[in-house]
Amino acid sequence: MANQSTSASPVYSDTVVRAFALVAVVYGIVGMLVGVIIAAQLAWPELNFGIPYISYGRLRPLHTNAVIFAFGGSVLFATCYHVVQRTCQTRLFAPGLAMFTFIGWNLIIVLAVITLPLGITTGKEYAELEWPIDILIAVVWVAFAVVFFGTVGTRKVRHIYVANWFFGAFIIAVALLHIVNSAEIPVSLTKSYSAYAGVQDAMVQWWYGHNAVGFFLTAGFLGMMYYYIPKQAGRPVYSYRLSIVHFWALIFTYMWAGPHHLHYTALPDWAQSIGMLFSLVLLAPSWGGMINGIMTLSGAWHKLRDDPVLKFLIVSLSFYGMSTFEGPMMSIKTVNALSHYTDWTVGHVHSGALGWVGLISMGCLYHIIPRMFGQKQMFSNKAVELHFWIATIGIVLYIAAMWIAGVMQGLMWRAVNPDGTLVYSFVESVKATYPFYVIRLGGGLLYLTGMLIMGWNVIKTVANGKAVAAPIPAVVAHA
Amino acid sequence: MDILFLLIPLSAVLVLLILAVFGWAVHKGQFEDVEREGERVLLDGSEPVDDDQSAISSPRKQFRDRQSGQS
Repeated sequence: MANQSTSASPVYSDTVVRAFALVAVVYGIVGMLVGVIIAAQLAWPELNFGIPYISYGRLRPLHTNAVIFAFGGSVLFATCYHVVQRTCQTRLFAPGLAMFTFIGWNLIIVLAVITLPLGITTGKEYAELEWPIDILIAVVWVAFAVVFFGTVGTRKVRHIYVANWFFGAFIIAVALLHIVNSAEIPVSLTKSYSAYAGVQDAMVQWWYGHNAVGFFLTAGFLGMMYYYIPKQAGRPVYSYRLSIVHFWALIFTYMWAGPHHLHYTALPDWAQSIGMLFSLVLLAPSWGGMINGIMTLSGAWHKLRDDPVLKFLIVSLSFYGMSTFEGPMMSIKTVNALSHYTDWTVGHVHSGALGWVGLISMGCLYHIIPRMFGQKQMFSNKAVELHFWIATIGIVLYIAAMWIAGVMQGLMWRAVNPDGTLVYSFVESVKATYPFYVIRLGGGLLYLTGMLIMGWNVIKTVANGKAVAAPIPAVVAHA
Repeated sequence: MDILFLLIPLSAVLVLLILAVFGWAVHKGQFEDVEREGERVLLDGSEPVDDDQSAISSPRKQFRDRQSGQS
C-alpha cells in the first residue's frame, strides 16, 4: 500500500483532509448558532415557545456535541490526516478507511441532530448519544486508529514528530474513555442504563468528561499546534526537548484530574483530594506547551503584525495559558466551594473552548484550506484579520460576563443572615444574572459573526482555487 | 471501595505499558538529534528524504556518517 514506484510521482492522500476541513467550517457555524439560540433562551425563556424539540434542555447537548465533536472533531480529523502524512512523508495508510471515518463521523452527527432534540439522551455530559450511536462511534474510532497508526508504522522518516505523539495519545485515550464511560445496558433501541450507578457513575462520568477536555480538546489540538505554528511562523519548535517532556507529564497527569468536578459531593474525600492535587500539578505541563508554542516566535515576533493567521495561533495559546491557570485554581476545594454550579464554570469552559480550541482551529483551517486548493493564503487576508478581532472581542465579553455572574452567584448563594437563614432566594440570583446573560449573548453573537465571515472567505477561496495533488518526497538511498 | 482491587492493578499495568512505550522510543533513537527533527517540518518537501533519517536506517549508521563528516 505504501510502496512508491519510481515511474509515477506519488502524492499525499488529501481528499479526506479537504472534506473534513470544509465540513468543519459548516459545523462550526451550526454549533455556534445553536449556542447563540440557547444563550438567548436563558435570557428570555419565552424563546422556548413551548416546543419540546427546540427547548433549552434539548438544544444544550446539541450545542455541546456540535461544537466539540462535529466542529472540533472534524478539525482534528482534517489536521491529523494532513500532519501525519507530511511528517511521516508517506501516503495515508488505507485512504479508503479514512473516507469511511469521514462518512461514519458525519452519520454520527446527523444521528445526534435527530435524537437529541427528540429527547433521546443518556443524560451523561458530552456522552449524551444513546447506545447504537455509541457503537458507531467506537467502530469509526477504531478505523481512525488503524489509519493513523498504520501511517506512522509505514513512515519513511525514522523520527516520529512530536505532533504525532500528541495525536496518538489523543486517539488511544479517547478510545479508552469512550468505551469505559459508555458501558451501558440497552433496554430498547433508544434507551439504555449506565453500567455504573450513583457516585461511582459520577466518578466514571467525570473521569471521562475531564479527559474529553484533556485529550480530545487539549492533546489533539496541541498536536495541531506543534505542526502549524512552526509552519506558519517558518521557525522550528522553540524547545523540542520541552515538547517531549511536557507531553509525557501532560498525558500522565490529566488522567487524575476528573474528581475536581465532584468537590463536596458524595465522592470520597481521598478521591477529591487526588483530583485537586493533580489538577494543580497539571498547570506545569500545560504551561510548558503554551511557552513552547509562543516562544517559537522568538526572533519572529514582527510576523504577528502582518499575519492574521499567526495572530489566531498565538492568541489561542494565551487563552490556553489563561484557562490552564484558571482550571487548577478552580480545582482548589475552597475556590470550588464558591464556583461550583455557577456561571464561572461556564466562563472557564468557554475561555478554553472559544479562546483555545476555537482560535487554534480557525488558525489551522486558515493555513490548510488555501493550500488544499492550490493557494498560498485565503482569498481575503483582511477578512481573516477582521475575524480575529471580532472573535477576540467576543471571547472577552463572554468570559468577563460569566466571571462576574459566577462570583456574584456564588456569593449570593452563601450569604447568611446573623440568624443563619439565607439572605437571598435562588430566584433572586437568577434575576441578578439577567444582564450578564445578555452581555454573554452579545459576545457569542460576535463569535458567530466571525465564523460567518470565515465561511464566506472559505467559499471564495475554494471557488478561486483548485484541488492540487501534493507530491511526496522520495527516499534517496546512500551508497 | 472494592473497585480498588481492580483499579490499582489496572493502573499499575497501564503505567508499565507507558514505561514500555517510552523505553521503546528511547531504544529506537526517537530522542536523538531532536533539534534537526524540529526543523525537518520546515523543509519544503522538494528535497528527498535523506536515507540517514529514513525509517530503515539505524542510529549507529547515522552516528558513523556524522562522524565521517556527512551533514
